[in-house]
Amino acid sequence: MSNTQQALEPQTITLCGLSDLIPNSGICAEVDGQQIALFYLPSETPQVYAIGNWDPIGKANVLARGIVGDIDGRLVVASPLYKQHFDLLTGECLEDDQVSVAAFSVTLVADQVLLSL
Amino acid sequence: MLKVVVVGNGMVGHHYVEQLVASEVEAQVTVIGGETRPAYDRVHLSEVFSGRSPEDLALTTRDRYIELGVEAHFGDFVASIDRENKTVTTESGKQYAYDKLVLATGSYPFVPPVKGNDLEPCLVYRTIDDLGMIQAQAKDRKVGVVVGGGLLGLECANAVKNLGLETHVVEFAPGLMGVQLDNGGSAMLRRKIEALGVQVHTSKATQVIEENSDGDTRLVMQFADGGSLETDMIVFSAGIRPYDQLARDCGLTVGERGGIEVDYHCKTSDSDIFAIGECALFGGRIFGLVAPGYRMAEAAVSQLGNDSVAFQGADMSTKLKLLGVDVGSIGDAHGKEEGSVAYTFSDERIDVYKRLIVSADGKKLLGAVLVGDCSDYDTLLQYFLNGIDLPADPQTLILPYNAGDAPALGAAALPATATICSCHNVSKGDIVAAMDGGACSLADVKSETAASTGCGGCAALLKNIVDDEMAARGLEVNKAMCEHFNFTRQEMFHLIKVGSIKTFEELLEKHGTGRGCEICKPTAGSILASLWNDYILEEKHVGLQDTNDNFLANMQKNGTYSVVPRIPGGEITPDKLIVLGQVAKKYSLYTKITGGQRVDLFGARVQHLPAIWEELIEAGFETGHAYGKALRTVKSCVGSTWCRYGVQDSVAMALYVENRYKGLRSPHKLKSAVSGCTRECAEAQSKDFGVIATENGWNLFVCGNGGMKPRHADLFATDLDDETLIKYIDRFLMFYVNTADRLQRTSVWMDNLEGGLDYLKQVVIEDSLGIAAELEEQMNNVVGTYQCEWKTTVEDPEKLKRFRQFVNSEAEDRDIIFVEERGQPRPATEEEREQILAKSA
Ligand SMILES: Cc1cc2nc3c(=O)[nH]c(=O)nc-3n(C[C@H](O)[C@H](O)[C@H](O)COP(=O)(O)OP(=O)(O)OC[C@H]3O[C@@H](n4cnc5c(N)ncnc54)[C@H](O)[C@@H]3O)c2cc1C
Ligand code: SF4
Ligand code: SF4
Ligand code: FES
Repeated sequence: MSNTQQALEPQTITLCGLSDLIPNSGICAEVDGQQIALFYLPSETPQVYAIGNWDPIGKANVLARGIVGDIDGRLVVASPLYKQHFDLLTGECLEDDQVSVAAFSVTLVADQVLLSL
Repeated sequence: MLKVVVVGNGMVGHHYVEQLVASEVEAQVTVIGGETRPAYDRVHLSEVFSGRSPEDLALTTRDRYIELGVEAHFGDFVASIDRENKTVTTESGKQYAYDKLVLATGSYPFVPPVKGNDLEPCLVYRTIDDLGMIQAQAKDRKVGVVVGGGLLGLECANAVKNLGLETHVVEFAPGLMGVQLDNGGSAMLRRKIEALGVQVHTSKATQVIEENSDGDTRLVMQFADGGSLETDMIVFSAGIRPYDQLARDCGLTVGERGGIEVDYHCKTSDSDIFAIGECALFGGRIFGLVAPGYRMAEAAVSQLGNDSVAFQGADMSTKLKLLGVDVGSIGDAHGKEEGSVAYTFSDERIDVYKRLIVSADGKKLLGAVLVGDCSDYDTLLQYFLNGIDLPADPQTLILPYNAGDAPALGAAALPATATICSCHNVSKGDIVAAMDGGACSLADVKSETAASTGCGGCAALLKNIVDDEMAARGLEVNKAMCEHFNFTRQEMFHLIKVGSIKTFEELLEKHGTGRGCEICKPTAGSILASLWNDYILEEKHVGLQDTNDNFLANMQKNGTYSVVPRIPGGEITPDKLIVLGQVAKKYSLYTKITGGQRVDLFGARVQHLPAIWEELIEAGFETGHAYGKALRTVKSCVGSTWCRYGVQDSVAMALYVENRYKGLRSPHKLKSAVSGCTRECAEAQSKDFGVIATENGWNLFVCGNGGMKPRHADLFATDLDDETLIKYIDRFLMFYVNTADRLQRTSVWMDNLEGGLDYLKQVVIEDSLGIAAELEEQMNNVVGTYQCEWKTTVEDPEKLKRFRQFVNSEAEDRDIIFVEERGQPRPATEEEREQILAKSA
């Protein structure tokens, strides 16, 4: 990658390959000590989503291990601890608007999952 | 304080005490019971012969009375009443003073004054002690005679028959159950009972009973007509007589043929003395059923407080099963009312007899007799009790109908005052009020009003009313499990099965909307697993499972998992026990012995799970399915191998049962236990299915549970051999898996089955739906395709990928922090964790 390109585009990091993902389910990656829950929904557009892995209500790093689905048309993951739903695009908690988790921008490029910083 | 003395601690006396304690009346209560034990459920006395223990029948205990502040004395009869000084004196000489005295002395069995009626094995059938004697006398004997062909006599005959004796019923009158049945009904009942092998002798007057000096048997009965009958034992059950001697002796008014006379308030001729239950005579009648006795107790209690309730007599209609035959009698069964007309239906092929007695104008139901089929009883009783106008052709009410056009009486037609549950005196109005108060399901209404928690006879009617009310409230019970599927679990089960659907995507496409959620996905996952028993971590199923199912372990509060290897029947070798310890030590796991006789290991990090399991599998362990809605544990006691009381090898049976059903996915978790004798050390009666050994085999109990709402299991079948036991459990479990709703435990499932326990018995034992073979096959299929999910997982590197903490690093989750307590690790509290993280930063 040339220097000019780096200046023009936001910095991206490769998190993992497509084969590491599990269809319709989540896995977890770590960037600078931060845990990121990564979801792969092959029949949606986009196909990958990333939010913080820390469940602020259950207080543990578990969101990647929740069940994904949709509630009122919003793509969500349900925390495996106490079942609150978090929006995969925005990180908002559907049950409590005071609570949210970070949302990250990820893309699937040439079978690689890239995180934009 | 007001001193109230209650004489007699039978069902009614006990009810009085309960009602009094619960009322606003301040009273100091003393109970004097003649029997050695506190009140018990006499109505279900016969169940002791089919496996219930006397403790199960108890309505109360000494401790309970102490808690209520009631002074209770048992095993001492009151011998006299001194009305002047207001005291009673017992046989043992104790004296008690009263302000108000309550006689609840009940009645005793009438023994006809026949010469020889006091010979050795001449018994009666009224108390738990009587049962013990009958049991003892029946041992190693061949023939038993019951004198009396009434309701109690036939119930007694059933007991004698169950004890394995050749059973005879001797009745003085020309027919059986002459009080409740007309001649036609009585004749049909006789046919049915004789077909069961009980010999019935009617119009027989016993003249003398003699010892049999030269025959095989112990006694001979000589009849007035010259005939005779040899027997080993005689049980008299020829009617009851009120215990009214006490009242006579102190000058209270008693009826010509016995019974202490009372008024609407259950007061005797002395206004400080009440009489209630079977010793009381009201309007010239004795009420020999428990429900009227309860009403009397309530009326008597109310006299001590502000609002006075009157006892106004009671309906004596009855529905019961005698020797397995359904019998029902309503109102004027004999058509004594002038001008009444009768409709009779009889089908001798299937031995069913039904008769309606209708008023002269054809508008009102006056009485009914049902033998062999009581399905119309509830409806008829409501017509009778509420004076509802009959349809133009009343005979349609008893004629066989084609399914679909049953002339069921609409629940809406019943007035608010209609009694729905007579055991607990719950009217339609009470049910509606409970629903107004927020009860919105059958189960809610049951726990709110106690309706249908007694004999259970009102279950179907109660369900009708609840359904009807729901509909009326526009509360059309929302059956949809979530926004993606407009179905119940049972309906989803059928869709998947009938459509041979193999994946969630297919199901969603054909029958759902959206993408699914954490409610419908695991439900579908569980159904797919119970039907096709695929390995649940097949890629296509992974997204459907709860984290617990996905990682084959239970997630704990800090995101770590528990590891629960199967220890069938709680039996474990020392070597395996050592391995558990070693593994726990190596991975710093917290260990605990659980209520299900297993050892759970807590605090495993997700990335360690495969290695932990590899070591456990190496040592011969299998997954315990603690993470799944599946069969959990089958507890057992040590049974006949070690225990001096054991009559069967409960451990071997528990092992067999656990190994057979392990891995079965179900609507909710399933638990079981096997006890080696009726002492029940394994607590099988608190399980979804429990097995208790008997001398002759196994008794099966179903639909119990511990947990939030504990429920005693119901006795389902008795003295089964191994093969039949397993067959019934197969059918029972598969029927549950096929028809229960999501997260519905067996108890709630059964409560919601129309017809409840009886219906379940019909389906499982009598195969009334013709599905037994299919259920068994389904089960065999599940058993045959069992695999230990952990074994399959650790053998497949692809699957193991999912157990990485991070896809892109080997680091550990630094937020999982343990501290030590009592020599073991435990999750740090939030505070502790922050402190530790701050220090290390
Ligand atoms: C086998 C059987 C089956 C039955 N089935 C049914 C049924 O299906 N449905 C139904 O409604 N009813 C049924 N009954 C009837 C029902 O059990 C009675 O109606 C009910 O038990 C009456 O209650 P009670 O308290 O009046 O009398 P009891 O239960 O007889 O209690 C009276 C108690 O008082 C004690 N006592 C008597 N005299 C004295 C004294 N002087 N001092 C101290 N204590 C004294 C007695 O020992 C007894 O323990 C059945 C009865 C039997 C025996
Ligand atoms: S249930 Fe019976 S056999 Fe089992 S331990 Fe208890 S007493 Fe012994
Ligand atoms: S009783 Fe409560 S705290 Fe104990 S294990 Fe069960 S759910 Fe947890
Ligand atoms: S009538 Fe017996 S439980 Fe309702």
